[in-house]
Amino acid sequence: MIPRHQTVLLIVLLLASAAMGTVLWKQFRRAHERLLRGEATVPTEAPLVAPDQPATLMVANDADNTVEPRVLTLPLPQDSEARARALLGQLFEIDAAPDATHPVPGGPDSIAQVFLLPIPGANGKAAAEPPLLAVVNLTGSFAGGHPSGIEAETLTLRSICATLNANLPRIEQVRFLVDGQPRPTLAGHADLTRTYLAGPTEPGSGTRP
Amino acid sequence: MLDAAHGGDDPGAKLGAQAEKDFALALAGRLRSLLVARGMDVVVTREADVDLDADHRAEIANHAAAAACLSLHATLAGANGGPSVHLFLSSLPATKDVGLLPWRTAQSAWIERSIALAGVLNAALNAAGIPVALGRTPLAPLDSMTCPAAAVELALPPFADAHQASEAANAEFVPKVADALAAALVEWRSSESLPGRNQAGEPQP
Repeated sequence: MIPRHQTVLLIVLLLASAAMGTVLWKQFRRAHERLLRGEATVPTEAPLVAPDQPATLMVANDADNTVEPRVLTLPLPQDSEARARALLGQLFEIDAAPDATHPVPGGPDSIAQVFLLPIPGANGKAAAEPPLLAVVNLTGSFAGGHPSGIEAETLTLRSICATLNANLPRIEQVRFLVDGQPRPTLAGHADLTRTYLAGPTEPGSGTRP
Repeated sequence: MLDAAHGGDDPGAKLGAQAEKDFALALAGRLRSLLVARGMDVVVTREADVDLDADHRAEIANHAAAAACLSLHATLAGANGGPSVHLFLSSLPATKDVGLLPWRTAQSAWIERSIALAGVLNAALNAAGIPVALGRTPLAPLDSMTCPAAAVELALPPFADAHQASEAANAEFVPKVADALAAALVEWRSSESLPGRNQAGEPQP
């Protein structure tokens, strides 16, 4: 025979377990609804890393083999390398749009990194602001999906060089890597082993071995 | 000298059902026939679907001491663009020093002649009513060639058939381009043979 006080204790424990289970279920449901509300706000608002500033993107056009300036207002980081990466990301977003004049799939994630290095042996400039070599590291998926052709590949490289020089004039030379490695060509034609000159006179058109 | 781009394991651009390497080889064959029929000696870098690296292509061109070197390419035309021709030269700066030429920049001593060659090609293509876009770019075999050199890239609608130019626009356009290139090269050879120029077209002292 179970004593009366033990029966009462068992009933109280069962009631407490049921109450705790109900509370946990309600909390789980609330958390799930919060998560769903968060996903429903896509596209998320871009984090404000810097105030909006005018930027000149040199957008390629396959129809007439040209690279034309397009001025936009963008939130750009203060750090030069991060700024260069953000600019090229924006440029590739334009190229990846359905109505692009130089359609190239990939978008902003096509740029892995941009490194800025002083050009060895450069002189004739103020020591405080030496000319820079930009090393642009593209992703393998971007190079793999790039349209193959002399004009298409050349326009992409000209567009990158001219955009960097237009916004960061100290960048006078550009070299390209793909997934951190040298690569003979972008998509079978344009030579990626060269150093591209990004000066204002002939943006992207000159090269050095 | 005619260089059919790509080949072997390197297909080049995809032109619908046809690869750039096959199209370039067919175009080189067509152009060679047109030039031989006009009494010209023609050297080609490849006559079959074989691998050939850029250095080997430049070696063939340089050993031939050719009066003109054309690298033949093709790409897909843009969605809104009709067929056209892209004419590209090396982006190396011109130099007058023709002594010992570095392999990777040998074309720099010939760039002025290459510009002149591009002018003749452009005029012939324009005369045939073919849209032409001109440009300069670093291109591996071109940069090492010691001859007046240009890359000719045909921008075409996609081919529906893997082995022949069945696309109606291409069936008309490609022979037209070949005829215009052949006419330009004949004119170029005539100008190169003028008194006061050596075999390569350089002014003689």
